Amino acid sequence: MTSNYRSWPMILALGVVTIPLVLMYVYLFVDTVTNTAPGSVVPHEFTGEHWRFLWETLPGRPSIYVATLNTFVFATATTLIVLAISSTAGYAISRLNVPFRAFFLAGVMVLHAFPTVTLIIAIFLILQFIGLYNTLIGVILVKAALELPFGIWIMKGFYDTVPWEIEMAGIQDGASRLTVWRKLVLPQVMPAVMALGIFSFLAGWSEFILPLVLAPDNKVQVLSVYLAALIADDNNFDMALFKSVGVFYVVPVIIMFLFFQGKLMSIYGGGTKG
Amino acid sequence: MRILLEKFTKSFGSLTVIDEMDLEIDDGEMVALLGPSGCGKSTTLFAICGIHRVSGGRILFGDRDVSSVPSQQRNVGVVFQSYALYPHLTVAQNIGFPLMIRKESNADIARKVDEIAELVHIGNLLERRPAQLSGGQQQRVALARALVRKPDVLLLDEPLANLDAKLRLEMRSEIRRIQRETGITAVLVTHDQVEAMSMCDRIAIMNEGRIVQIAEPMEMYDNPASDFVAGFLGNPPIAFVDGVVTNGRFATASGAMTVSLPFNAGERERKIRLGIRPEFFRPGGTQPVAGKITFVEAQGRETLYDVALEDGQILRSIQTATNAATVGEKVNWGIDVERILMFDEDGARL
Ligand SMILES: Nc1ncnc2c1ncn2[C@@H]1O[C@H](COP(=O)(O)OP(=O)(O)OP(=O)(O)O)[C@@H](O)[C@H]1O
Ligand SMILES: [Mg+2]
Repeated sequence: MTSNYRSWPMILALGVVTIPLVLMYVYLFVDTVTNTAPGSVVPHEFTGEHWRFLWETLPGRPSIYVATLNTFVFATATTLIVLAISSTAGYAISRLNVPFRAFFLAGVMVLHAFPTVTLIIAIFLILQFIGLYNTLIGVILVKAALELPFGIWIMKGFYDTVPWEIEMAGIQDGASRLTVWRKLVLPQVMPAVMALGIFSFLAGWSEFILPLVLAPDNKVQVLSVYLAALIADDNNFDMALFKSVGVFYVVPVIIMFLFFQGKLMSIYGGGTKG
Repeated sequence: MRILLEKFTKSFGSLTVIDEMDLEIDDGEMVALLGPSGCGKSTTLFAICGIHRVSGGRILFGDRDVSSVPSQQRNVGVVFQSYALYPHLTVAQNIGFPLMIRKESNADIARKVDEIAELVHIGNLLERRPAQLSGGQQQRVALARALVRKPDVLLLDEPLANLDAKLRLEMRSEIRRIQRETGITAVLVTHDQVEAMSMCDRIAIMNEGRIVQIAEPMEMYDNPASDFVAGFLGNPPIAFVDGVVTNGRFATASGAMTVSLPFNAGERERKIRLGIRPEFFRPGGTQPVAGKITFVEAQGRETLYDVALEDGQILRSIQTATNAATVGEKVNWGIDVERILMFDEDGARL
């Protein structure tokens, strides 16, 4: 590769700036498999004990695998709900003659403006009233509902860019409105669906406050709550254990990133030229 | 399939765009809807294919009233101005889409797609996507998709508007050839009079939601019903001169031009408007008119002149390029009086 400027000063500058970050990541990982004497920065022995949560259940805690499964179910379910509703509602708002369209759009926006925390007491009371407190279903519904405004807006924006003639052509070709949406319109907004799906999944994976308040029980605990409980527990304070669980927590995200980064870029996103 | 519009009316809210239009298109005929922008051509087309619901009147295909039949069941092929190809599908899938919707077998679809691709000469492009095609190729794909399920009616909404001049010429004869070969009833929307004249059996000229005249191209050129129609057909366009006629003698208000007309409206002065096509104003024409050349446009084989009369009204003349008159030159060319078109004050043909 040739470039019209020298690249090493740039690399050097970026390197210097990122050193603290890189060090943090390195130590995060190193600390999970070693022991370091107090006061020292160089570890003196290797150990697997910080990963013991993988093969034994910590006292008073749910099994890590239960928590992982819960997190996975939580993130996946919210993603599916968000995708299903956003992709249909966005289409309806973009294309169909729904009554109160402008009102809906503005309302959806305003809803999104509420910080979760301001709503959490009310949500807590409602969930308790309808018996969904301390259930995954309850917290999934709440999380999905809070994610929806964003999803609907994004999808509406993408649907707006799909030419109207394409749909009309589909109808002329004999397809029903639903088929047109599924076979002709949806593929055009696939990049948006993928992106929205990934965002929702990550948002679900890292969500903390909702599960903490609405589903704290061991049976339904998710990883973020599990992790927080580790440092909240003053009696058995174990920083290295905390770090190990933290690494365990982000690994799926990194795997997902590696898997999708190529995919996101290669999604077909062309249009017709005149 | 014969198409019949009976008192077809279309309004958007309180705005009536088309008011009680009657139009009959014979089986196998190709008719052009020609008119200025916003006159309701597309609206009419969309009503025929069912995208717009009619507000009044009826639309018949053959003897079947389709006014309230949904688009999907009308069996109409449409080529949109923007082609509206499906960007995520290959050319073959695009063309095969209507058949796939009908749940025809894959073998049938492949065979029919090949057939139609042959007809429109895109057999070698079937595996490409629309973004990898030129404008003319996209146009052919759109045509193929509209034709593949053997529609009763083919509708074309300004299908050539996006093409360059040369391709346009080529596709003009292509579309006509395909329409003839398939014997399909077709409606072509355009605002290009050359397109309408060269491609269609009949032309319907529209203005403000009404059909002002419907006739065969040459018939309409020679016998326009109004100055609007006369002004719309012909390139370079016809020139109009306003004045009065008394005792068969026409004069402009300032007397800059006088000619005797084969038309006697009697003693009384009467306002009239003459339409003179450029090819009938030339050196050697029967009734000489004095003027000054204000504009010369060499078009290669022919040269177009604008000639200003003393009072500023403009006549146009088109001549073979041998004549070399220049701007500013005073000329005394003649008008072929028997070819003059005469219109009354309201623009109706006399
Ligand atoms: N959906 C609509 N709502 C309101 N008015 C409309 C609508 N569609 C068309 N019109 C109006 O109807 C009239 C005719 O429109 P139409 O699209 O048929 O014109 P056109 O003859 O096809 O013009 P062009 O040559 O520019 O395509 C225009 O005045 C337009 O503003
Ligand atoms: Mg139009």
